[in-house]
Amino acid sequence: MLANDTLANVLYIDLSNKQYWVRHRVDLFERYLGGAGVAVHLLDEECPAGVDPLSDENPIVFAVGPLTGLFPLASKTVAMFKSPHTGNLGESHCGGRSAVAIRLAGYGAIVVKGRSDIPVYLAIHGDKVHFRDASSIWGIENSFTVGRIIRESETGAGLRTIMRIGGAGEKLVSYACVITETYRHFGRLGLGAVFGGKKLKAVVVSGRRSLPVGDFKTYRKTYDEIYDSAVGSPVMKKYHDLGTAGNVLPLNILGGFPTRNLAEAKFEGAAEISGEKFAEQYLGRRLACSHCPVACIHIAALREHYVDEPYFYKTHMISYDYEPIYALGSLLGVSDTRGFLSLMEQVEIFGLDAMSAGVVLAWATEAQERGIISEKETMGLKFNWGDCGTFMKAVKLIVRQPNDFYSALARGVRYASSVYGGMEFSLSLAGNEMPGYHTGPAAHIGVMIGARHSHLDNAGYSVDQKNLSKQDVGFEELAADLLSEERWRQVLSSLVVCFFARGLYKSDVVLKALELTGFALTREDLNRIGEAIHKRKYEFKIRHGFSLDDIYLPKRILETSTPFGQVSESYIKSAVSHFKRLIDSSPY
Amino acid sequence: MRLLIADAEKCIGCQLCMFACARRQNEGGLAEACIGVRSIGGMERGFTVIVCRACDDPACAKVCPTGALKPRNGGGVRLDAAACIGCGNCKDACLIGAVFWDEEINKPMICIQCGYCIKFCPHGVLKKEAKELT
Repeated sequence: MLANDTLANVLYIDLSNKQYWVRHRVDLFERYLGGAGVAVHLLDEECPAGVDPLSDENPIVFAVGPLTGLFPLASKTVAMFKSPHTGNLGESHCGGRSAVAIRLAGYGAIVVKGRSDIPVYLAIHGDKVHFRDASSIWGIENSFTVGRIIRESETGAGLRTIMRIGGAGEKLVSYACVITETYRHFGRLGLGAVFGGKKLKAVVVSGRRSLPVGDFKTYRKTYDEIYDSAVGSPVMKKYHDLGTAGNVLPLNILGGFPTRNLAEAKFEGAAEISGEKFAEQYLGRRLACSHCPVACIHIAALREHYVDEPYFYKTHMISYDYEPIYALGSLLGVSDTRGFLSLMEQVEIFGLDAMSAGVVLAWATEAQERGIISEKETMGLKFNWGDCGTFMKAVKLIVRQPNDFYSALARGVRYASSVYGGMEFSLSLAGNEMPGYHTGPAAHIGVMIGARHSHLDNAGYSVDQKNLSKQDVGFEELAADLLSEERWRQVLSSLVVCFFARGLYKSDVVLKALELTGFALTREDLNRIGEAIHKRKYEFKIRHGFSLDDIYLPKRILETSTPFGQVSESYIKSAVSHFKRLIDSSPY
Repeated sequence: MRLLIADAEKCIGCQLCMFACARRQNEGGLAEACIGVRSIGGMERGFTVIVCRACDDPACAKVCPTGALKPRNGGGVRLDAAACIGCGNCKDACLIGAVFWDEEINKPMICIQCGYCIKFCPHGVLKKEAKELT
């Protein structure tokens, strides 16, 4: 890396003692670039086995990469922590202004340790860190309101990120998220609860530094190439026009769109919650993360009439994406467009992972249908497919946890079904609620073996779609495909390049951009770095009790037909075993 | 020629114009950007794009005690950095907030109307317009 780059600055913040300091970790950045690669090492250093995720011992690591602030679409922040949801590796990625703000504040990573005795929020403006008393905003359940208040009281407009939690994080719901810039999230695996456990309501970061670059002429030329390919790419146009919601109809036609707790994989109401429907009737604004020309963030404007006053309305601005549409839409049998948006907003207000929340509600609905739980547990609520009003009430109860049942729901579907039964239709894999792809074996195997049990770890859904035209893909080939994709994605997430731009950032482009930031690497180096980071994540997971042999596979996933027909359990198990052999034989 | 905001409603807040401005001056990052994009009190309400509008009779130049800022032919100003004492009067005089500040050298940074940023606004927020000389 370049000698005068501030990337290697790691800001450590100790909430217990209200202290902060900076360490120069050239060693880590030189070897692992940034993002996921650096974060997993920092996490490993600070989080020994046995740490309680909600205790003061669990660190939060944020990391960005060398291309951040210099090249477009390298604007994700990787967060790592021990997940209160799975009790294992927690990794979540978020865009908005977070990555550019951290980089231009003069850091490559931030490590937040300890636990505050009083509610605080952190304001990191360049080299100054302020511990602000958050007593006056602790208890505000609405994440929009928290953002609005901090926006007014802090400087750095346009150059800052405001990461905050809503009621779910404060109440330690194990799948509470952290929200930034109102519409982006560290969504999965419960970072919001880790914030809550530390009495940390928000983290504001701002900065506007200069960044060094190698040869300026080549820099501008390389920049222009990346920019031109970004704005000219059909993938980028798709994400701009309809956003990720554009995937609803194709996945439904394919028969891979989980519906009513995955009793089916085609939804008759898909058109009502499709990207086309939202764009035509509700799209009010598109937004972009810093330094990304795409603007995949789609915001619906929902006009609501105040029932007690004529001619008086309010307009809700609600972001929608494919995954929440699946989880809070088809999976709950919701085809009421307005109802979906209101439920979506409710989940955003309280700050829950929309995917986990939807899966939890879908399980509860089926459990009540089957008589496993009654209105005694639900406190009088009667869940019905498509009934958004009841689901909205349930979201509030999950956050507030007035009884054992809602406390169980607040710990996720694996826990709730272990208490009340119905595990065979509880849609979680390795403790994380499933994403919206019933496209075939690779989607589910991918989530099982993915280091953070996310569909984005290795894009199994995409492997399925590629394999549809092939005859009988063997489990060895499938496991190897997923592993090789996940290893390459370690490189991208260490550069914090958005996965939507993976088609632009092929290895030759990555190497060119890296050279300008002082990293002289080869393609082989990149592959080695990706493999080493992946191995390190798995070592962390195993040290914290994870085993590929213990993953419970809910029967529902096997029963409901995919575009490949029913997926066989033995095929899945063989693929997982083969994957295990492959990572065990890695030399790193 | 001068830079105009064609339609701020089209702005997606990507800030590519800001990065372009810095790059034009051989700088990475944002310290040297003479154009700013920030939300209007929350991203859902959209964005404001702040940049010098090349006034005919620039307020910033009128309050400069050393004559470091001089009106430019066609609108806007030119800075003679050697003459600037960093008093900040210009910054206070611009209602738009288009006089940005270089904290490192304690001097103003003002758009020179080069139009490089327009190339990096894929959504048509910025445009360049020839201005009739008066």
